Amino acid sequence: MTANAPPVLRLVGVYLALLTLLALTATATLLPPGAWSTPISLGIATAKTALIFVWFMRLRDRPGLVRLFALAGFFWLAIFIGLALTDFLTRGWPA
Amino acid sequence: MAATTPFRSATQRESANQLGLWTLIATEVLFFGGLFTAYVVYRFTYPAAFAAGSHRLEFWYGTINTAVLLTSSLCMAVGDVMIKHDRRRALQLCLLATALLGLLFLGIKFSEYYHMYREQLVPGINYRAEGPPQMQLFILLYFIMTGLHALHMLIGLGALTWLGWLNHRGRFSSTGHQPVVMVGLYWHFIDCVWVFLYPLLYLIPHLT
Repeated sequence: MTANAPPVLRLVGVYLALLTLLALTATATLLPPGAWSTPISLGIATAKTALIFVWFMRLRDRPGLVRLFALAGFFWLAIFIGLALTDFLTRGWPA
Repeated sequence: MAATTPFRSATQRESANQLGLWTLIATEVLFFGGLFTAYVVYRFTYPAAFAAGSHRLEFWYGTINTAVLLTSSLCMAVGDVMIKHDRRRALQLCLLATALLGLLFLGIKFSEYYHMYREQLVPGINYRAEGPPQMQLFILLYFIMTGLHALHMLIGLGALTWLGWLNHRGRFSSTGHQPVVMVGLYWHFIDCVWVFLYPLLYLIPHLT
């Protein structure tokens, strides 16, 4: 676990990247909506979260075990939502 | 102090702190996850009603609040760097800025709630909106999810106040500031929750 602090300028750079992603996702609503609209906005949200996890929460300085713990919640949530959808997405079958 | 703790070194204690707080975050992911799952299931079931409900929310309130929260996270991250250089006064300013931006977020959030009350959009109190009946389900999820998020913000603001008090009493240094790191992780995580709430609630496309 390194005690080296990242330079403030780098954090500001990450912040500007976050604001750019926010501007992207907000202006994307001006485009004609399509089936890709939600995957794109969720992809941008994932990218923002990754930036915050890696730089603001400093996962890049943490050992593998801590990174594993950081991803564990998302792993179980993906199983939770995925398995719930195997039911709800397959209910529309014709009898 | 060292004699009364179960740890062999500061590094070991730091590792334990990290694992503990990331475990808390994993449980929080699943805590919010129940609501996210309900959202996903109902959005697949009533896509048109969810798009109609999203259209009734104030786009700019949500967008500006996202920027406010991202800025507060930057302040928190900078504060963490400052105390690593023993700059207590700079840390205090960063904590103050983080908390003020958090308060601004809640102010915007509650004025949005009030706006929706005026528009008769509050389920259980005065919901009288035209449109598909399941739109009320979306609005209800909106209030529960943003309300739970706002509750976490209030807890975070309390923790920031506690940090400010400790720092004011000179309790933090470059070698001892674990509470700053822990509260910072919690604050950034609340930011991440909002980062997902924003597109899910405010940015649902109108598919015809």
